[in-house]
Amino acid sequence: MSGILVIAEQRRGELRGVSLELVTAAQAVRRGGDAVSVAILAVEPEQFVPALSVGGVDELITVKVDAREFDPDVHQATVASLVAARGPSVVLIAHSIDSFGYAAALAARQGYGFATDVFKSEWMGDELVATRDGYGQKVNVEVDFPGRKTVLLAIRGNVFKPAEQPASPTVSAFVAPAAEPRSRSLQFIEQSTGDDVDMASAEFILSIGRGIGEEAKVAQFRELAEAIGATLGCSRPIADAGWLPKSRQVGQSGKTASACKLYIAMGVSGAIQHLAGMKHVATIVAVNADSEASIFSVATYGIVGDLFEVAEALRSEF
Amino acid sequence: MKILVPVKQVAALDEDFEIDSTGRDVSEEFLIRDLNEWDDYSLEEALKIKDGATMPVEVVAVSVGPERIDESLRKCLAKGADRAIRVWDAGVEGSDSIAIARLLAAVAKREAPDLLFAGVQSSDHAFASTGIATASFLGWPHAAVVAYLGYEPGARTAVVRRELEGGVLHELAIDCPAVLTIQLGINAPRYASLRSIKQAAAKPIEVLAPAALGLADSDVGPSGSLSRVRRMYIPDKGRAQMIEGTAVEQAARLAEIIRKFKGAGA
Repeated sequence: MSGILVIAEQRRGELRGVSLELVTAAQAVRRGGDAVSVAILAVEPEQFVPALSVGGVDELITVKVDAREFDPDVHQATVASLVAARGPSVVLIAHSIDSFGYAAALAARQGYGFATDVFKSEWMGDELVATRDGYGQKVNVEVDFPGRKTVLLAIRGNVFKPAEQPASPTVSAFVAPAAEPRSRSLQFIEQSTGDDVDMASAEFILSIGRGIGEEAKVAQFRELAEAIGATLGCSRPIADAGWLPKSRQVGQSGKTASACKLYIAMGVSGAIQHLAGMKHVATIVAVNADSEASIFSVATYGIVGDLFEVAEALRSEF
Repeated sequence: MKILVPVKQVAALDEDFEIDSTGRDVSEEFLIRDLNEWDDYSLEEALKIKDGATMPVEVVAVSVGPERIDESLRKCLAKGADRAIRVWDAGVEGSDSIAIARLLAAVAKREAPDLLFAGVQSSDHAFASTGIATASFLGWPHAAVVAYLGYEPGARTAVVRRELEGGVLHELAIDCPAVLTIQLGINAPRYASLRSIKQAAAKPIEVLAPAALGLADSDVGPSGSLSRVRRMYIPDKGRAQMIEGTAVEQAARLAEIIRKFKGAGA
């Protein structure tokens, strides 16, 4: 077994950015003469060839499938068939909502070594070692895969820089095996709630999290956000509880706050999905009662203290 | 009909903690155990179907682990699960999520449920793989990260909405029996009443060894796993520049940061 197989990801005809991050991640597990092959599964896979023609890719494999949108059965059968044909020692996929839907089934069925949410991988002698975290990012965990000829790693997003140097890899077509989907795509739905806030264009966001404790406190922070000129946002638990509409949620599964430059997080402990969604922000200020909260490891400035005391004192500054 | 709900007792860490002598986990004494947050939602989704059905619906909670996890199974019973099953023997120690899934699939084969609801992931190790691997061992259809479920008890298909990145849902129809992994926020999990907590304490929990489920020693533990923990360590992390002082002093500094930002933008 040799070589690295990368499975690119597309949705609704758009290449997902994480695909180019996987190309960079592949370079770290490349040994000697290992070739990096990138496969793209789509109804018209050729349309993605230009975007995937980047440095670090030796070969692009276009795989025409019948399913227009992600289907776990089609993905599982196709990737298993690609691995059988190419014999890679490492297969890289994104740790994404789509891979949640098939990676574990694929690894379990085929007996590949398997780890998810991996942010570092390297060969130590003959052992491939993948690093992920545990216990709410408080520890790092190194895992290996004794006796496994092929290892499937789902790579965390926003860790590796996307490969972008134009290049001309060879392109080959691969015939997908027959697969019988047992689910049928119906539609995509944008989560809208009648709240017309546009988090994507907000440059200054004041976000509240579980630390505010109760729904009655939301009004106080809404007023504070208004006073300081910030857009009020929130972390997942606040939106799930219905204290603020889903359109105010920022982080990976919420809206992408792509224009945000100043982010003040009050009572947000910092689940990995939340931090990943805010990593691009120039200045993050975290206010939290827990001095060990994960958010302090990504914030620019940290304030350990009583949320409400700090909020009230800040209010009187404006 | 019957719904099987695999749950996990997860661990969070004390403020201060140490890695144990094996170098592969945190010392037991620093672990604070509780039912996985995602599993509150998957159990609630099953109980909602039970509450709304005109036909009898049985909800069965199952978990893999030693006696201490009975506490989490009793929490499920207190909330309304009809039965609880615990799978364990010493050989299960060291199982990864795939070996756990093999055990859960064996329980599902015995129980023959119409649906299986698992949490999307666990809060402690977050592999996000047990539910979908269980589906693979069963050969069942599966959908991950379900944030909405439309299902009539006894129906052959369910309509689900998967929560994608960036606030978009993907709606699909899936054949049943199926495994669904359930996302936070799909419902509002109930609390158990004091009375039901007392009643649950007296309910039996069925305990099964892998052999009783037809599995060999090599199916579980390290030999039944696809990964092995080699080392656990406390990483050096970046640390924010801390703003010290009283709340008033901290707020004054924060106000300065805000004014500077606004000044630069104007």
